[in-house]
Amino acid sequence: MGKKQLLRGNEAVGEAAVRAGCRFYFGYPITPQNELPEYMARRMPEVGGTFIQSESELSAINMVLGASVTGARAMTSSSSPGISLKQEGISFMAAMELPGVVVNIIRGGPGLGNIAPAQSDYFQATRGGGHGDYRTIVLAPASVQELADLTHDAFDLADRYRTPVVILADGMIGQMMEPVEFRKPVVDALPEKSWALRGARNRRSRFIRSLILDVDLEEEHNWKLYRKYQRIQNNEVRWDEFMTDDAATAVVAYGTAARIAKGAIIRAREKGIPAGLFRPVTLWPFPMKQLKRLAERLKTILVFEMSTGQMLEDVKLAVEGAAPVEFHGRPGGVIPTPAEVLRVISRVHGRAAKAKQDKPG
Amino acid sequence: MRKLEPRPATLKDAAFHYCAGCGHSIAHRVIAEVIHEMGIADRTIGVPPAGCAVLAYNYFDVDMTEAPHGRGAAVATGIKRAFPEGVVFTYQGDGDLAAIGTAEIIHAANRGERITAIFINNAVYGMTGGQMAPTTLLNMRTTTSPAGRDARREGYPIRVCELLAHFDGACYIERTAVNSPRNIRRTKKAVRKAFQTQIDDLGFSLVEILSPCPTNWKMKPMDAWKWIDEVMSVQYPIGVIKDTTGDTSDNAG
Repeated sequence: MGKKQLLRGNEAVGEAAVRAGCRFYFGYPITPQNELPEYMARRMPEVGGTFIQSESELSAINMVLGASVTGARAMTSSSSPGISLKQEGISFMAAMELPGVVVNIIRGGPGLGNIAPAQSDYFQATRGGGHGDYRTIVLAPASVQELADLTHDAFDLADRYRTPVVILADGMIGQMMEPVEFRKPVVDALPEKSWALRGARNRRSRFIRSLILDVDLEEEHNWKLYRKYQRIQNNEVRWDEFMTDDAATAVVAYGTAARIAKGAIIRAREKGIPAGLFRPVTLWPFPMKQLKRLAERLKTILVFEMSTGQMLEDVKLAVEGAAPVEFHGRPGGVIPTPAEVLRVISRVHGRAAKAKQDKPG
Repeated sequence: MRKLEPRPATLKDAAFHYCAGCGHSIAHRVIAEVIHEMGIADRTIGVPPAGCAVLAYNYFDVDMTEAPHGRGAAVATGIKRAFPEGVVFTYQGDGDLAAIGTAEIIHAANRGERITAIFINNAVYGMTGGQMAPTTLLNMRTTTSPAGRDARREGYPIRVCELLAHFDGACYIERTAVNSPRNIRRTKKAVRKAFQTQIDDLGFSLVEILSPCPTNWKMKPMDAWKWIDEVMSVQYPIGVIKDTTGDTSDNAG
């Protein structure tokens, strides 16, 4: 603890997971997240853990499900096409109320797409992703340090709420090297899990299931999950703001896009444009109220995503018309420059200022 | 009438929901007796499939967890790696294990996972209403092979035991049936040996059980029993398919 190390994002996830008490990692190779399974293949034997390179993403997530059933902390990771395959298991884990951590180092899509950083899996991550009425907690880091911190938190959140947690990063954050400090204490003893299956010793046998044939009971199970998701929405919203105190224009962006936007905002300020950044850290639960509060004192909002506009829908839902919402997106793995975003900020801000001038009275 | 064997403590006092003449209830009873007699009920975790046996946790009085359709071997892998002192078994049908879960079972066998797969082969998808399974015999009529399974159209019935026997991680593989007292006794021995194989940390084990499905075969229960002997076990020969446990003393000749 306390020592800074220069680590690649994917490796930082691995080390943070180990420090959080994760001893079971199951994964399948796919770019741009390969450094993570490779790190775990080296690291798990050192801590008495298990690494399995599974035969498929389906198997990997179901191995996570199995390890989780016993009360262990388990993780899998992949990139976009592989995450699509994991949705079956994520839906089952949500239904069976099993904790687990799933890392998605997003690449360009749809289909095989490419291996460049993108943010096109926002809908999939924040709407559950698989079949059925459920959500997963979605954490979106914007630096390697935050990736490490959120990985640790992901295991705590997963256990606290007995639900799968998704870490949504992209190829940029997964691949780049930055100084990291593992600030959270190493987890030696896992939280007590009274529901886990480790044999019916000195207690009655029990089972964990997702099949509930009685519609009344299945409805109640859905409402039970819903109430849990409400608790998460009330307690676990995270966001970050940068120079929003006196901002007239705020960029709403997460992850890599937020870093790019930050650079653009600093330059906008140098030009006298009062711009700021609102950065959701939890994409689900989305910081609805927090963004609405900010929107009420803004002239305009610019949503910036490395997609054709997915978080845009949540921003509009949050803002409820309190400020006009504009959008700039670059899908397909393109990494826009701060200069490009600055041009958009200038244009959007100028338009809002002009609209105010034109208003009669 | 005299009760020969009391209900084993590992079998809950619940009436099976299975159809008349179905092999599942016999297979359940056999497995429950083995778990009871081996004294491993307090460290056994079962993984039932999607299919007729999805409600197996209503009958087995041991810890159980559901798996998504076909993923039993992957779920069992996760359980066993995280709980190595446990005795972990999957209970899978032919659609579950030999169609949608083929990759999972092959790789679990190849890794030599210390788990036991109980493979119920009744040559049809039972719960969904009698569709063609990978193990459906040639010329056999099902709701999705209404003219009878034609090799040119639907390929050939898959012999799972022989397939998995190729993998070095697979240690003990036997095919039995539950269509006669003799075969039921044989099945019990096989299940016991399969569990012992994982307890002894030797490798992967599987017992395939030829199991009657009179409802979807559209036969009377006794005819279904006969059909296993006369037709099904020609395609799927009963016996030990592979045994590298080093102890073959108990294997049937």
